[in-house]
Amino acid sequence: MSENILVEDIGNEYKYGFVDEVQPVWKAEKGLSRRVVEAISYHKDEPAWMLQFRLKALEIYQSKPVPTWGADLSGLNMDEIYFYAKPTEKRDARSWDEVPEEIRRTYEKLGIPEAERKVLAGVGAQYDSEMVYHQVREELQRLGVIFVSIEEGLKHHEDLFREYFATVIPPEDNKYAALNSAVWSGGSFVYVPKGVKVELPLQAYFRVNTAELGQFERTIIVVDEGAEVHYIEGCTAPTYTTDSFHSGVIEIVVNQGAKSRYTTIQNWSHNMYNLVTQRALVKKDAYHMWLDGNLGSKVTMKYPSSYLVEEGARSDILSIAFANTGQHQDAGGKLIFAASHTGGSIVSKSISKGAGRSSYRGLIKVYEGAKHVKVNVECDALLINEESRTDTYPYMEIEDDTATVGHEATVSRLNDEQIFYLQSRGLPEDEAAALIVRGFIEPVAKELPLEYAVELNRLIELEMEGSVG
Amino acid sequence: MVNQLEIRNLHARIVDGETILNGVNLIVPKGQIHAIMGPNGAGKSTLGKIIAGDPSYEITKGDILMDGESILEMEADERARKGLFLAFQYPVEVPGVSNANFLRLALQAKQGGEVNMMEFYGKLQKALKTLEWDESILTRYLNDGFSGGEKKRNEIMHMMVLEPTYAIMDETDSGLDIDALKVVAKGVNAMRGPNFGALLITHYQRLLNYIVPDAVHVMIDGRIVTSGGPELALRLEEQGYDWVKELAATAS
Repeated sequence: MSENILVEDIGNEYKYGFVDEVQPVWKAEKGLSRRVVEAISYHKDEPAWMLQFRLKALEIYQSKPVPTWGADLSGLNMDEIYFYAKPTEKRDARSWDEVPEEIRRTYEKLGIPEAERKVLAGVGAQYDSEMVYHQVREELQRLGVIFVSIEEGLKHHEDLFREYFATVIPPEDNKYAALNSAVWSGGSFVYVPKGVKVELPLQAYFRVNTAELGQFERTIIVVDEGAEVHYIEGCTAPTYTTDSFHSGVIEIVVNQGAKSRYTTIQNWSHNMYNLVTQRALVKKDAYHMWLDGNLGSKVTMKYPSSYLVEEGARSDILSIAFANTGQHQDAGGKLIFAASHTGGSIVSKSISKGAGRSSYRGLIKVYEGAKHVKVNVECDALLINEESRTDTYPYMEIEDDTATVGHEATVSRLNDEQIFYLQSRGLPEDEAAALIVRGFIEPVAKELPLEYAVELNRLIELEMEGSVG
Repeated sequence: MVNQLEIRNLHARIVDGETILNGVNLIVPKGQIHAIMGPNGAGKSTLGKIIAGDPSYEITKGDILMDGESILEMEADERARKGLFLAFQYPVEVPGVSNANFLRLALQAKQGGEVNMMEFYGKLQKALKTLEWDESILTRYLNDGFSGGEKKRNEIMHMMVLEPTYAIMDETDSGLDIDALKVVAKGVNAMRGPNFGALLITHYQRLLNYIVPDAVHVMIDGRIVTSGGPELALRLEEQGYDWVKELAATAS
């Protein structure tokens, strides 16, 4: 039933693929060079130490080879990428009226201002290389919550910024963290003071409009003692025939007793290389959750990591990946246990459709001396068609024998019996297939805020149209 | 309009495989409940799945008509929306999809529009009460981790909520203890009426003590070899299938 069908390209269904008639006010020359890095720093009017940091990172980037252990990156040509495009002179507008109309209209199409009014505590909107809008509810500002672009963070909170910047992910970490450190632009700077609980999520929305652009946002989130926050990141881009590039670095510090959650619904167009490093440092009795949804892009390599560095720290990583024909989602997570009585889990659900490929890549590391660590890993893969592909790369480095480690992995195919069963109750075949897929990701999807769960279901229904038959 | 489910000289095989049905003729008038009995491998379950539209079988000859209209060209979902229902012998587990949510979607598909939630809830309550069942079954994932008995009972609940015109129940009695069997029979009997016809596929006469059929048919080697009233089931229980097999051999 589902065997012989090759779905040509469901990517045509991508509804965010429109191009805006927006010309950047300034764009760097193509390719990566010292001159480009200096120009970015100049346009941001940065302190000298930051330029030095960038130039050193550039050297580190150039000294590291392109990784070959994961997805195929041979098609990513840095000479064909613009590393910076400034969409407008005004950064961090406080009102949508101050955002240039063409750009504002895009965010309206994406439903951002509406969501901001209804369900969010604050919104940051990045367009190409800069944050064009940033606003947080006034009551939170009064409580001392900082939610601004990373540039404003550097400019107005330099001491706080320097205390955390590049401490969780130094440029030496990996080639693309080094690249981001050299050319970073945009992203959020978030600080939640002691004991402040931000009830509604903060959301940052990333849009790349310029063709062949690289977007390199850099985000720092500091959740101080006993505080709580949920940060959501969404991303889309126009569908171009040439490739684009997104490489973010997200650093999170969760202080004692604090709780944080970082949700990504990545729905890049299918011409995007998406190579992201995101890591949380979780302190005593603190908790961090990564909820990572990878639906779009051509290639994604992304393994959210939590470092549990003090007693009682916990972290869960929930991951959903959907790979259609022409896509490779190489995703998963890392949990590093460096203290006793810490715990956590990774739950990964991947769906491969057509000739799509998804890989689970995960690391569990328990350092010697970290006593009574409890960790559980569950990765489930669902294959829709005969030519769909999945791979699992679970790495375990357990140095302390008091650790309790569980690992479970399953691979299943979209099952004809399930489809017939649902069909026999009246559901058309496409709907039956979409329902099975929705059920498959339900354990992760139920953790999403309702609006996002609905959107995710809708996306899956779109992707599943004509998938079987 | 003819108010009946008619199987007319039906020949069928597994797609590119073994022949299972060799000319089945059978009529279930609306308002009646018929039973099909027969030994293992006679083709009873296959007949049920073929009527429901299982694409793993192909029909080589004959026809299936619902109220005079051929349903052969219809997909399983279209048949269901027309009022056909198959209670599966082995209900399939669908993790992550809640029982009630699925039923709502199925009812919505059948009605071709949004389901009135009050009405839907009323149907659920009524079915649960008849089946002496707890509401907690509604929020569990569809058949996921259900016991054998729970799965069978759930099929009957689906039937009661979707209210089909014709239902085929494939060995709904197997794996049920006597109390569960009585409850399930109560559900089926509650459906009885002038607008409901059913075909019970069973191995054992036991079920027919609780759901008294209007007619009993015996299937052997992919065809109906004899039919009669409820007393035929009793005779099969006492004497086994050998005499019917002989009958089948003489007939062919």
